[in-house]
Amino acid sequence: MANQPAIELRNITKTFGKVVANKNVNLTVNHGEILSILGENGSGKTTLMNMISGIYFPDEGQIFVGGEEVVITSPKDAFNYNIGMIHQHFKLVDVFTAAENIVLGIKDGKYDIKKATERISEITEKYGFELDLDKKIYTMSVSEKQTVEIIKVLYRGADILILDEPTAVLTPQETDKLFAVLRRMREDGKCIIIITHKLHEVLSLSDKVAVLRKGEYIGTVNTAETSESELTEMMVGKKIELNIQRSEPKGNTDRLRVKGISCKDRQGTTVLDNVSFTVKSGEILGVAGIAGSGQRELLESIAGLQHLTSGEIVYYNPKTNGIDNLRDKTPVQIRELGVRLSFVPEDRLGMGLVGNMDIVDNMMLRSYTKGKSVFLQKKVPKDLAHKIINDLEVVTPDANTPVRRLSGGNVQKVLVGREIAAAPTVLMVAYPVRGLDINSSYLIYNLLNEQKEKGVAVIFVGEDLDVLIELCDRIMVIGSGRITGTVDARTTTKEEIGLLMTKSNAEGGDNNG
Amino acid sequence: MADVKAVHKHNREPFVHINKRDDMSWWKAWLVRIAAIIISILLMSLFAVMLTGNSISEIFETMFTAVFGRIETGSYKMLYKYLQEIAILLCLALALTPAFKMKFWNCGAEGQALIGGLGAMICMIEIGDKLPNGVLLLIVAVVSMISGAIWGVIPAIFKAFFNTNETLFTLMMNYIATQIIAYYVYIKGGGSNVIQPVDTGIIPIVSENKYLINIIVVAVITVVLYIYLKYSKQGYEISVVGESQNTARYIGINVKKVIIRTMCVSGALCGVAGMLLVSGTDHSIRTGTVGGQGFTAIMISWLGQFNPFIMVVMTALFKFLEIGMSKVAENAQLNASFSEIVLGVVILFVVGCEFFIRYSVKFRNAKKEDK
Amino acid sequence: MLVQFIFRAVLISIPLLYGATGEIITEKSGHLNLGIPGIMYVGAISGVSGAFIYENMCGNDPAKMNAVLAILIPLLCTIIGSALVGLLYSFLTVTMRANQNVTGLAITTFGIGIGNFLGGSLIKLVDSDIPSIALTSTSKYFKATLPFADKLGWFGDIFLSYDFLTYFAIIAAVVATIVLDKTRVGLNLRSVGENPATADAAGVNVAKYRYGATIIGAVVAGLGGIQYVMAYADGVWSNNAFGDRGWMAIAIVIFALWKPSMAILCSFLFGALCNLNNYINGLGTETQELFKMLPYVVTIIVLVFTSIRKKREHQPPESLGLNYFREER
Repeated sequence: MANQPAIELRNITKTFGKVVANKNVNLTVNHGEILSILGENGSGKTTLMNMISGIYFPDEGQIFVGGEEVVITSPKDAFNYNIGMIHQHFKLVDVFTAAENIVLGIKDGKYDIKKATERISEITEKYGFELDLDKKIYTMSVSEKQTVEIIKVLYRGADILILDEPTAVLTPQETDKLFAVLRRMREDGKCIIIITHKLHEVLSLSDKVAVLRKGEYIGTVNTAETSESELTEMMVGKKIELNIQRSEPKGNTDRLRVKGISCKDRQGTTVLDNVSFTVKSGEILGVAGIAGSGQRELLESIAGLQHLTSGEIVYYNPKTNGIDNLRDKTPVQIRELGVRLSFVPEDRLGMGLVGNMDIVDNMMLRSYTKGKSVFLQKKVPKDLAHKIINDLEVVTPDANTPVRRLSGGNVQKVLVGREIAAAPTVLMVAYPVRGLDINSSYLIYNLLNEQKEKGVAVIFVGEDLDVLIELCDRIMVIGSGRITGTVDARTTTKEEIGLLMTKSNAEGGDNNG
Repeated sequence: MADVKAVHKHNREPFVHINKRDDMSWWKAWLVRIAAIIISILLMSLFAVMLTGNSISEIFETMFTAVFGRIETGSYKMLYKYLQEIAILLCLALALTPAFKMKFWNCGAEGQALIGGLGAMICMIEIGDKLPNGVLLLIVAVVSMISGAIWGVIPAIFKAFFNTNETLFTLMMNYIATQIIAYYVYIKGGGSNVIQPVDTGIIPIVSENKYLINIIVVAVITVVLYIYLKYSKQGYEISVVGESQNTARYIGINVKKVIIRTMCVSGALCGVAGMLLVSGTDHSIRTGTVGGQGFTAIMISWLGQFNPFIMVVMTALFKFLEIGMSKVAENAQLNASFSEIVLGVVILFVVGCEFFIRYSVKFRNAKKEDK
Repeated sequence: MLVQFIFRAVLISIPLLYGATGEIITEKSGHLNLGIPGIMYVGAISGVSGAFIYENMCGNDPAKMNAVLAILIPLLCTIIGSALVGLLYSFLTVTMRANQNVTGLAITTFGIGIGNFLGGSLIKLVDSDIPSIALTSTSKYFKATLPFADKLGWFGDIFLSYDFLTYFAIIAAVVATIVLDKTRVGLNLRSVGENPATADAAGVNVAKYRYGATIIGAVVAGLGGIQYVMAYADGVWSNNAFGDRGWMAIAIVIFALWKPSMAILCSFLFGALCNLNNYINGLGTETQELFKMLPYVVTIIVLVFTSIRKKREHQPPESLGLNYFREER
């Protein structure tokens, strides 16, 4: 089995409307091999894999499985060729149990969930998963859900496994466990394709690396014969000056002090647990942590969008030199004090902007209440829209284009531009460069640095530790809703931050248990 | 050789392949919709030809006379009746529009209008002889708007605070309203199923045209609502909440307040429709006063794409078909419900044609023919 | 009197139960079919037309009618008629991805139109003085009960004295429950209604299940229409007599928390509530009218209560009302 080609793609092309998602992609993966597909966000990795798993159908090109040409028009076809995909956004039915989700869609004789559960248990034991098969999905943690997804694919007898960004939501320990499982599968002769943009994972896990850039296939290299810098170059096209400019903090007066805030989510789980920190004027405070550790709730608390169960948020107002407690204020009042949240959630258009509205209307989101008239005043937002389009080089047909039609980077420019235009004293940004190309990312970094130099207190929630270390002045690590440490970005190392992220999870586990 | 192989492979491609379109330009989209309407009307006319044995021109002639009357007689009575019918249905459709724009599926226009009408009726009966007509009319208007708004706001409150499914809630509210009317009619009608028309608190007849004021009121509402939705701050809030509640929350819009306020507007406008029916048309009330138009209004509002002026056209068309096709059927000794079938088919065509606006269909062989 | 009360309540509840079971099956696939009221009209009128034609073929002589044919012809007509409308709804919403609310309402307009149009035309055909058609001979076959039912006293009256379609309604609801909860088909169907993308990725044919559930649901609901005419109304069709039962069936779906087995109880409760006013002494007609709103009030209370409690198992199917397009980005 080993060293036989399991799957081969030839000249695969796929377009969505005018956007070319994949262009002439060629790939070969053997049995008993792990291939990483490397590329920045938006480089077409997921689209490519979706064509193998039958979600999309390629416009052009051929797919070969086990040396024979195949046509995959549906996920069912994919299963028939023993291809299984674990999607980034889990495809599980929330109100079903793990076992029900695993057997869903399989036709194998009489339906008997008990017998099926026994068979599933065999698989979980073989690879060393820990999972309660009768547990309902909506009560599960992210890592449990991922386990269900993997078992689901294995239960179907998949030989070719595709994992889309499997580590994005995992703690380092969970990642190690996953990789151990994947290596065991490789020994079993399975062909594994893993989508990622984390270089160290690529290097530690895979045998081969295929690189995509903006939908185009760049090439495949053997992991043993490559280096981090070579992969980066393939990924981004040219050697990138990774140095982000960083100036010394200005001013250095306290701007915002968060004292022991806690809050719960809708299910009643504590998402912020006694969080305290201070952010000073003229500095960038980085917030690091595994996705979903409470970063979002933290920023929303400051912006007045979360109901706090305890604690207070003190704002040192530079205009009045007075002290305001933000906890007593509505989001609108907080904003008028100059505290701005440029939140970029997973779905960028879901919160900061309205996708179906044009740029001008989106400018108004912040300011439409101004003035006593019951009617909208369009003049100011129109001017602002044109100013942002010019200053930040937003690529758009005109100011009346719905923002959903802009590319990710341009959407982000519109959003950040609007927040900065309000001359904030505290600027909060979350994952502002997610999905952006290198140039757009740097533009955003520069904008943040400009704000810092103007004396704005910037809170930057990020996921890329390298960026955090190069851009921020201090980095605060959050894990399971608690602050596990704050480090000086100029002297810290990735390992130190990683350790703090890990530590938090152990503690969090103790709390819940 | 390579080509042969490629062709062979394509044989197993899906026969039809559906793709999402880029945004179709608005005029093309409307061409598709108009085509769908025309095709469906022609189809139903042909069906009518088969049923009645009349020629297609006779059918259209019958429809036009049924709707507009015989022009040569110089009487505009039929035309006013037609405009009145448009006005009521349009008023209901307009009433639903702010709610729909907010993605609040208010299926309760029927009940809200009935309760609004009930408010008007109670005023007309109870305080009818105690006040001058002008003052009374004002009270009638206010009371019917308030009662309609109350009926609309109850589901809105539960939607805002508990996210209770509003489609189902408003549907149920319709039937409660119907039963309340049945109860009221029974006690006021002295055991019969009718309340005798009253003559206090009724909308006056201007220059011989019975429904002129109704029509003017709705015309004004059309323009005001257009401005409200497009140019007012509240209209902007409705759009934001409808597009994304998260965004609304994030920019500090009180989503609960907007939901409740918008449903007050929606319910109050339904109340106006109820008042126009009770005080401006029937001068009485019964369970069938709104006559299912609350449901037709849902479809019109949706087909009108939140644009009040398109709704005017849609309503005019629907009412034309309803009145005209009823007449065609009656003339042929058939049941007047034929018009409901026609309406149903036309709507199904328009709803269905949205598919061609949003998606493009590629057939397997299309590629080969291109070469 | 209690026996009589229960008997009437069951009789009223059966068309509702058919409608509710049909709608639950459909909603479990994620489609909110507001066309059910119209489909029940179509089901009823198709069966009525079938019976009408058969009775006429036999020269309106009950002696010439064959019991099997007298039942089979109307039933088949009902099944075909409602299935066709179900097919139309699924074609528009599944394949053409049209807005479900609007399509459903249009189907209801269309269906009631067909019911009243055909009904009205048949009434004109027989040229009777009253605006209705009576198919009493056919109804007799539909209403045949077990021969020993009336010999068993109250037990027989409460449990055994109904027409076969009544029992079939209960069987259908029970079977639907078992299929939904205990079989692979049910698991697949529920997954399609909860999360079609997941079902699709797992290899379940979403379109097939949605078509299937909608058409089967329509047929079941349509049977409620013919049961109403043949058993409840003694074979008499008059326009609009079926009334708002279809909407009541949709209310029951909510009340029953999307469980067909619960729908049996809920329909009975609705039947009882509708009927209660006749059995409470000294109740004026006006109070009766208020009593008739009880089912809807109770439904709203259930709806509100479940939305406050937010128990995941009691919520509507998660993607109810949403169409599915695989390549949606």
